[in-house]
Amino acid sequence: MTEPGQSPETADSDLESDEQSRPDPATISVEDCALSFGELSVLEDVSLTIEPGEFVGFVGPNGAGKTTLLRTISAALEPDSGTVAIDGTDVHDLSSRASSRLVSVVPQNTSISFSFPVRDVVEMGRHPHRSRFSSATPEDHAVVERALERTRTAELADRPIDEVSGGQRQRVVLARAIAQATPVMLLDEPTASLDVNHQVETLELVRELVDEGRTVIAAIHDLDLAARYCDRLVLLSDGTVARDGPPATVLTGDALADSFDANAVVTQNPVTGTETVTALADAHEPEPASRPDQVHVLGTGAAAAGVIARLAAAGIDMTLGPVSSGDAAAETARSLGVEAIETEPFARLAPEDRATAETLVREADVTVLADLVLGASTQPLLDTLETADGLVAIETRPLSERDFAGTDARARYNACCERAVDATLEGLLEAVADATVGGSSSRQSVDSIDAND
Amino acid sequence: MWSAGLFVLLGAVVLTSAALGPVRIDVVTVAMAMLNAVVIPVGVTSSSASLPVFGVSVPTPGLEYATVFSFDVPVTHQIIVKDIRLPRITLAATVGLSLGAAGTVMQGFFRNPLADPSIIGVSSGAAAGAVAAIVFPGLIPFGSLHVPAFLGALATAFLVYAIATEGGRTPVATLLLAGVAIQTFLGAMISYMLVHSGDSLQQAVYWMMGHLNNSQWGDVGFALPITLAGVLALCAFRQELNVLLLGEEDAHHLGVEVERTKLLLLVLASIVTAAGVAVAGVIGFVGLVVPHIMRLIVGPDHRILLPTSALAGASFLVATDTLARTGPAVVPVGIITAALGAPFFLFLLSRREVRSV
Repeated sequence: MTEPGQSPETADSDLESDEQSRPDPATISVEDCALSFGELSVLEDVSLTIEPGEFVGFVGPNGAGKTTLLRTISAALEPDSGTVAIDGTDVHDLSSRASSRLVSVVPQNTSISFSFPVRDVVEMGRHPHRSRFSSATPEDHAVVERALERTRTAELADRPIDEVSGGQRQRVVLARAIAQATPVMLLDEPTASLDVNHQVETLELVRELVDEGRTVIAAIHDLDLAARYCDRLVLLSDGTVARDGPPATVLTGDALADSFDANAVVTQNPVTGTETVTALADAHEPEPASRPDQVHVLGTGAAAAGVIARLAAAGIDMTLGPVSSGDAAAETARSLGVEAIETEPFARLAPEDRATAETLVREADVTVLADLVLGASTQPLLDTLETADGLVAIETRPLSERDFAGTDARARYNACCERAVDATLEGLLEAVADATVGGSSSRQSVDSIDAND
Repeated sequence: MWSAGLFVLLGAVVLTSAALGPVRIDVVTVAMAMLNAVVIPVGVTSSSASLPVFGVSVPTPGLEYATVFSFDVPVTHQIIVKDIRLPRITLAATVGLSLGAAGTVMQGFFRNPLADPSIIGVSSGAAAGAVAAIVFPGLIPFGSLHVPAFLGALATAFLVYAIATEGGRTPVATLLLAGVAIQTFLGAMISYMLVHSGDSLQQAVYWMMGHLNNSQWGDVGFALPITLAGVLALCAFRQELNVLLLGEEDAHHLGVEVERTKLLLLVLASIVTAAGVAVAGVIGFVGLVVPHIMRLIVGPDHRILLPTSALAGASFLVATDTLARTGPAVVPVGIITAALGAPFFLFLLSRREVRSV
């Protein structure tokens, strides 16, 4: 009954605890689950099968039923109809003790208002494995210490739980679930109150737990993190499964527009290589009076990438280029499936690329110049631009940083900009519409757009 | 470890208490007198002695006892210690034990620092039962007040539980509110009975103040077995009590059969409280303050907190009852516990040391 104290970590006990925390994988099957709170239907005929060792993310807008579905699977809620079974056993037929050896839960709300030391809270994860009268065994201690280390909460072990921060508390509760050593883990927003570093650390750890053979379901708010770590995403919308599959097939602009009612662009994150979702405003703005059939984008960097994303979100067809292949705009175009003329950085423009680009500019209703770099690859296009109709110019970086050409080229570019509708990224769609109607409109309209912003 | 220390403390308090009184007896004599009172059963006789169980006389085989020690103690001192002081002290310890344990359990159970053993109306029920028996002696034909008080307490706890339970679930918030409502209602009943009590008013009011005067070994025989069994059974749930502090849903996921455990805890805590209240009346504050103080000293872990609070409750009540009987005027111990406990609790509050459970 005394404080257990730090049990010496030997190689043996480490090995033992690892064995302990590596349970047999389990299959979860949810069949036709429906649940309502009074009049409000929260889940409607949800069916899912989750294979052993899968890391499934529940994503969806607020109120889509993510937490409710998790709580139904954990047997905290009983569905009005349908069943939830783990390895063939209905979870609602299990005793708490049996289910607590099968499923551990990290709840969203982990407010704890009493001053147990962190270690004791983690040790409560061993409760399912312990009889009423026995106290903690050395094996229990080893598992607890290991869970503290894995969640990087070992240094908090002796602090009272009510004196650690919300994010630390969340990791302590995760440690508790790890100490529970169950084949299935259910996590409700495990990263919600974590800083960016601990978000990644925590999900890396969850990923490790999955690789050890656990079946994990996590409700995750952050779509980028969900795409990055989950094997499979289940997109919930109004209590039904809207999409189910690998992140790349679930996180699409269409699916997100339907479920989240948002204007979102899905691109590849250049660092992680996984899907990243950017929600844009204006989802409900009335369509501009006139929309171009085809837009060509000429530019670089974040400005051009932003233009591409916004045009794509608005459903406008476009082409891009020439752009150097490592550019952010090129990346964005690639991930959105936009046709682009890519060149080697700093290379001269190949004749065939030049011809293609000139055709694209001429055929487009509107050409958007977004932080155009005046250099070897773009200078030859000035001829075409000088005669092009419907120019829109977006400049976020001063020309001096982008000017690698002579005074002559600069003057010709400036002349083009004179004729162009000047716009910011936010006002892009209006500017494009304006340019479509007015052809080469005057600077007059530019001021009115600025005034509107 | 803490428990062992508190056992020693309890022993010391008991010895000191037994030495104090109108006749001063030195501690050594007290100890010898106590040891002289220790008996062990040596054989079974077919005596017709009977044990009152719930007011019904059940014939039991009698046990033949032999004394173990025979120190040389003056007969008067031996009688004072064995038949006058020890029953009262033992009863005080028993009641303190029950209130300390039940208070700890209720505070943990309700996750509420204001919870005390009587939070679901056990004391009010006991008072109603006892006052009814005092005021209408013809209606409730029990020899002692213990049985009507005990039954009143348990009936009230059951009623509150039944009211708060719906569809197999008993939300603690509903339980708390139902307890408050029932207590208010019983308070009205008691007041009504007191108005019509006539000559028995003084006896009824005195009972309700909570006192241990005129304690007999028979009282101990009633309360001690129930309390000991109840407290030991509660101690078996000390891990569950810890896990329940995390919230009911978490507790469920950690293998606690929440509703069944809650029911058992309520039943056990109510029985233990009822046993204490039935013999001693409503003694306030012990069950509220002692667990808080012990939580400050030993922490919130029920594996340690529960036994230590029970033992500390016992020591506290023996000590305060000693004050009550040896002071300039003999007063009901309930007055002493509240008069000492409330300022001390306020002191702790002012230092912000009393936190939520």
